Amino acid sequence: MIDKPNLLGWTCPRPLQNYPTIVMGHGAGGRMMADLIEHLFAPAFDNEWLGQMGDATKLDKSLFGIRDSSLAFTTDSFVVSPLFFPGGNIGELAVYGTVNDLAMRGAKPLFLSAGFILEEGLPMETLGRIVDAMAAACKKAGVKIATGDTKVVQKGHGDGIYINTSGIGVIPAGVDIGPANARPGDVVLVSGTMGDHGIAVMSVREGLTFETEIKSDTAPLNGLVEAMVEVSRGGYYPRRGRRPPAIHCLRDATRGGLAAVLNELSIASKVGIEFDERNVPIRPEVNAACEMLGLDPFYIANEGKLVAIASEAEAGTILHAMRSHELGKEAVIIGKVTAEHPSLVVAKTAIGGSRIVDVPAGELLPRIC
Amino acid sequence: MKYLDEYRDADLTRKLLADIQKTVTRGWTLMEVCGGQTHSIIKSGLDQMLPPEINLIHGPGCPVCVTPLELVDKAIALASRPDVIFTSYGDMLRVPGSARDLFAVKAAGGDVRIVYSPLDALEIARKNPGKTIVFFAIGFETTAPANAIAILQANAQGLTNFAVLVSHVTVPAAITALMDSPDMQVDGFLAAGHVCTVMGFWEYEPLAAKYKIPIVVTGFEPIDLLHGILECVRELEAGSFQVRNAYARSVTREGNKPAQAVIQKVFEMTDRAWRGIGVIPMSGYRLRDKFAAFDAEKRFPEVQTIETKESPVCISGLVLQGRKKPNDCPAFGKECTPQSPLGATMVSSEGACAAYYRYGRYGK
Repeated sequence: MIDKPNLLGWTCPRPLQNYPTIVMGHGAGGRMMADLIEHLFAPAFDNEWLGQMGDATKLDKSLFGIRDSSLAFTTDSFVVSPLFFPGGNIGELAVYGTVNDLAMRGAKPLFLSAGFILEEGLPMETLGRIVDAMAAACKKAGVKIATGDTKVVQKGHGDGIYINTSGIGVIPAGVDIGPANARPGDVVLVSGTMGDHGIAVMSVREGLTFETEIKSDTAPLNGLVEAMVEVSRGGYYPRRGRRPPAIHCLRDATRGGLAAVLNELSIASKVGIEFDERNVPIRPEVNAACEMLGLDPFYIANEGKLVAIASEAEAGTILHAMRSHELGKEAVIIGKVTAEHPSLVVAKTAIGGSRIVDVPAGELLPRIC
Repeated sequence: MKYLDEYRDADLTRKLLADIQKTVTRGWTLMEVCGGQTHSIIKSGLDQMLPPEINLIHGPGCPVCVTPLELVDKAIALASRPDVIFTSYGDMLRVPGSARDLFAVKAAGGDVRIVYSPLDALEIARKNPGKTIVFFAIGFETTAPANAIAILQANAQGLTNFAVLVSHVTVPAAITALMDSPDMQVDGFLAAGHVCTVMGFWEYEPLAAKYKIPIVVTGFEPIDLLHGILECVRELEAGSFQVRNAYARSVTREGNKPAQAVIQKVFEMTDRAWRGIGVIPMSGYRLRDKFAAFDAEKRFPEVQTIETKESPVCISGLVLQGRKKPNDCPAFGKECTPQSPLGATMVSSEGACAAYYRYGRYGK
């Protein structure tokens, strides 16, 4: 997380019209908007593609690599409140969210677009911190913001700032990852602890304080996915012969948490999924917060964790690759895919019973007592 | 997690299940009173692990579920007022009134906020002197002390823009009503540990004696529940009907005296309507006249005229009385789901129907 704006990066030959906050004029298409782009966005996201400054950015086909690869394309909007929370902020989420969506198809993310909807009155300093965080996040994830847009809405019509990002990535040959690819006999892996992000945001939003600060797990998962794909790609290998791709499904467990992801995959693949509650890593402080609020950690959002379904034979190799990566140190196998109870997710409970883990109904509501 | 994992231990579970199996010689029907217990039983899969002789039925102890439809409609009327900020525990927001729920009021521009404590609502009142802050004071004896303290604080601080919509209910009155109903089949009760933490269990002794039925104070974790069930089965098998305390780490016979004193100070007993059951005499609390200024129904008298009838399809009343299981209902999982609930027992995560739906008890 970036605590202070890095003002060093701002080249500012002329002051930004002296406005300490966003005003309607910043979205009016005139000088003020040009200033905002020239002095804030362009230097922060500086790269040759954004530098084209055209209505659209031209991306040379050579950027997308070799024959047999495919393109992945996605979009996501970010409306989080508060804008800054322990362990992250809306800017990092906007970059990592889209990067992670691309990575979940096994793609290497390359370019993002960034659309900003700013609320009149947003402090310029806040926007600066968010843009700086996005620039740092792009660097960490190895992506470029190649095109962008800014609009300003009247005070009271937005939550300070909304960001939309779209992204393009390249799926290498020999990778076939999709939600409908799970097969009976596959194993289910998670890359680490569940529920950190949701509880971190909730603790700030609701003013809940715990003995230890719970931080969001916001992180770009493309590096981890690359490491996993590297050891399990399909294709023809001189010694081993033809080998099918071993990773069948990937999902970042965002809204709805682990429960929503497992349900989506089981429904899309028409298979059953079983997991043991005790195998799912959950931080004690997250668990404690959930117990206190009457929430189930399996339904809480993550922003830097993935769920993978892979062939059992390669699971050990993939797990090893995950654990060797910084973001997968706590990776574990939590369960398996079965032909029984198709489209249902069943958890083995701590006391040895079983229960169906259903899709969440709507907003998570804390219980009364 | 310390103090929790111990009570969710698989080995201890097996041992207690074996003890229950050894003790039981015939079929017994036990009612767990509290919705939190129902939730824990279904979430851990405990109901499927018990010997077949033990039949658990789910009692009326979910405060969200027993809050009458009429009061939900009153809440909706209050929350729709532009001069009101309506505050509530989270799971009350999705309870359907006769036309819409509190979420819909919020979407239509009403100021509806989730709070975790009535003291949070007081804080909102301090910050918004131009509005009246109404707190939806529902719950059993467990939530009554905090609500009473909020009233006392508001009174002491002269916060005149704070009011409560009260729907407090009490457990002993519910047990009495259930035992007096003609086709009651419960052999023993697992009393609600949290309620007893506040109130103690001396109140249950005359009930156990009058109805010749064992009542075991029981906690909420799987091991607590098994312990409570074992104690209850022991009583039944011995032909005894004592009140037993299987939640001694939290509950004493006398309960929490200062909390009881605060309740006494602010509330007095009154007849209350229970959703799906009807009016039970002297089964709840209302504000004492001294605190009438904080009564939302008196502050906004127009809501007193609201009268609502329950949905004819929904059997939540029978479910709350333990006379039907959720999946006995023809609408269960069809017209009635947590996404579009017909009755309150499908709404609250503590409600028996929601617990059945969520943890998958589609038609046994």
